[in-house]
Amino acid sequence: MSKTVSERPRVDRRSEGPVPPAGSRSTRTPLGWWRNPWRRPRILATLTWAYLAWSLLPVLIAVGISFNSGRSNSVWQGFSTQWWWGHPSADPSGALFVSPELRAAMIQSLRLSFLTMFIAVPLGVAFAIGISRWRGPVPAGANFLMLFSFVIPEIIVGISMFLFFTYLLKFVHLGTGGQLLALVTYQISYPVIIVRARMLSIGKEYEEAATDLGASPTQAIRRVLLPLLYPAILVSFALVFADTIDDFITVRYLSAGANTEPLSVKIYNFSRGALTPAINAAATFLLFSTLVVAVIGVLLYRRITRGQRGQTQEMTEHLT
Amino acid sequence: MSAKEPASRPRLRLRLRRRRRSGEEATGAWYPRWYWPTFAFPGTLWVLVLFLLPFYVVVSIAFGTVDPVFQSPLPVYEPWFWTTKYLLEEWDLVTGQFRSVEVRTLVYVLVATAICLVIAYTVAYYVARFGGKRKGLFLTLLIAPFFISYLMRMLSWVELLQPNGYVNSVLTFLHITPHPINWLAGVPFTVVVGLVYGYIPYMILPLYGFLDRIDQSQLEAGRDLGANPFWTFVRVTLPLSKPAILASLVIVTLPMFGDYYTNNLLSGSPKTTMFGNLLDNSMEATGQGPEAAILVLFLAVFLLIPMLYYMRETAKAQRQQ
Repeated sequence: MSKTVSERPRVDRRSEGPVPPAGSRSTRTPLGWWRNPWRRPRILATLTWAYLAWSLLPVLIAVGISFNSGRSNSVWQGFSTQWWWGHPSADPSGALFVSPELRAAMIQSLRLSFLTMFIAVPLGVAFAIGISRWRGPVPAGANFLMLFSFVIPEIIVGISMFLFFTYLLKFVHLGTGGQLLALVTYQISYPVIIVRARMLSIGKEYEEAATDLGASPTQAIRRVLLPLLYPAILVSFALVFADTIDDFITVRYLSAGANTEPLSVKIYNFSRGALTPAINAAATFLLFSTLVVAVIGVLLYRRITRGQRGQTQEMTEHLT
Repeated sequence: MSAKEPASRPRLRLRLRRRRRSGEEATGAWYPRWYWPTFAFPGTLWVLVLFLLPFYVVVSIAFGTVDPVFQSPLPVYEPWFWTTKYLLEEWDLVTGQFRSVEVRTLVYVLVATAICLVIAYTVAYYVARFGGKRKGLFLTLLIAPFFISYLMRMLSWVELLQPNGYVNSVLTFLHITPHPINWLAGVPFTVVVGLVYGYIPYMILPLYGFLDRIDQSQLEAGRDLGANPFWTFVRVTLPLSKPAILASLVIVTLPMFGDYYTNNLLSGSPKTTMFGNLLDNSMEATGQGPEAAILVLFLAVFLLIPMLYYMRETAKAQRQQ
């Protein structure tokens, strides 16, 4: 492994101290410190940590507020689980697991995300495998549309889907059916892009070796290519799930009344009006379910890539 | 594959001939012609029917007519019967009455994107170059927002910015302001910072991915040739990362132009209305005729060039890998 520049200053520091550059006498004075090319990047470090605190602390506070004992969403009043399971003395109808409205929304959220995940990822993976070897104008056009659905602002997809189901495809009812079709359409590009990138980095050699050793094309895909693709497929599953359960833009336009609104839409609607810590509990629930799926994904990933190095780096490469 | 072995086996020779005839590049085995299309077919059909066709409906409504009684749109699917009457009416609104909204959207998006870039580049640069042993931790923390609902992240700010929320209590405690500020009553600053907060994770990760791949020897060459760290950065790193910067700018601006929810949650005031809000309002009000479809069409056309740019970059990156 080549040594990175970042590792060097520490070595210098420990031996005899940095060599003061021309123009400054000492690294002790502020100007000298500034001019020293081997100084530690303290300003950058501070900014990075400040950013991380800014991006994550508010969420932690919001999770904490879901266990508030009072009605306030902004001030901590003590610990209780009344917004999760209800409290005998308080009005239990506002709690996440008690209120029939929120419970139905929770089930709708999970149903939509699991269905979308199990439809979009196989479709996308098969598409990515097929498109990488099938040349011609049809696959090129289909791939173009996939990329298009990836970059297009979600509100455009949501509104055009609503108009589509209202005016042309009238047999698709708004509600779970319409929501599911729209979500799969919007999510299908994730597995396609992730799996394609992975396939291009794998190359064709392993598959060719398998067929040279007597495997049929289908066997080569099932026993050689798919196992190599498992990491990318897992990342796709986790990303599609996380993105679907949080989605409220497409789904909101395609809900048929309050009973098919998933939790994300409820949170959006309540955030603009009556806020109670139960909304925080609902958002925390979404966070928690995404976390569970992500942890399952990471554990499976570890199992599959056991003995391979650079797992984290590779996993992030899928994301970037 | 050597020519001797297969020649002794007639079945394989047939395979080789078939492959040559189909004109495909030589792979290790022969696959029937329909083999790969079968895999791609379901996905292809799905995007054709459920992604392309809805757009045709949008266009048909935008160029269509309106029910005289209910004022609901009547889509016209035959291009030779299309009328531009409603499209032109809406165009007048877009170039007239809505102009202040569009200018505001543009300003908000530009300011928010600029702030995003400065913060995102700093963070990505630090983690890529100086992350060292902590790189894994940093990456986990940078990826975390992807798994936290956008709503959850906005909700937490709605609560912090309440008149009696923690932001105001800190500010009044430090005597920065004498009275709590009502951040959520149509303050442009809140909306712009909300946009930055919402979309910055999508910028950091691609930038990090790129900066991490920059060859360290190029930076060392810059240093060896006499540039100090600052000039190495300006002359080497920054020009190298130009494609990544452009791509990440597009990633965050595209959704910002269609954003209405950040605005609705953090302000909800007509003083901060953005183009996305116009779209959303046209969906909520009934009897608006084909307005929603026409606005969607305008937005799609407006964003076409950045979208195509980003698609080209994605395709190029895939080929290079």
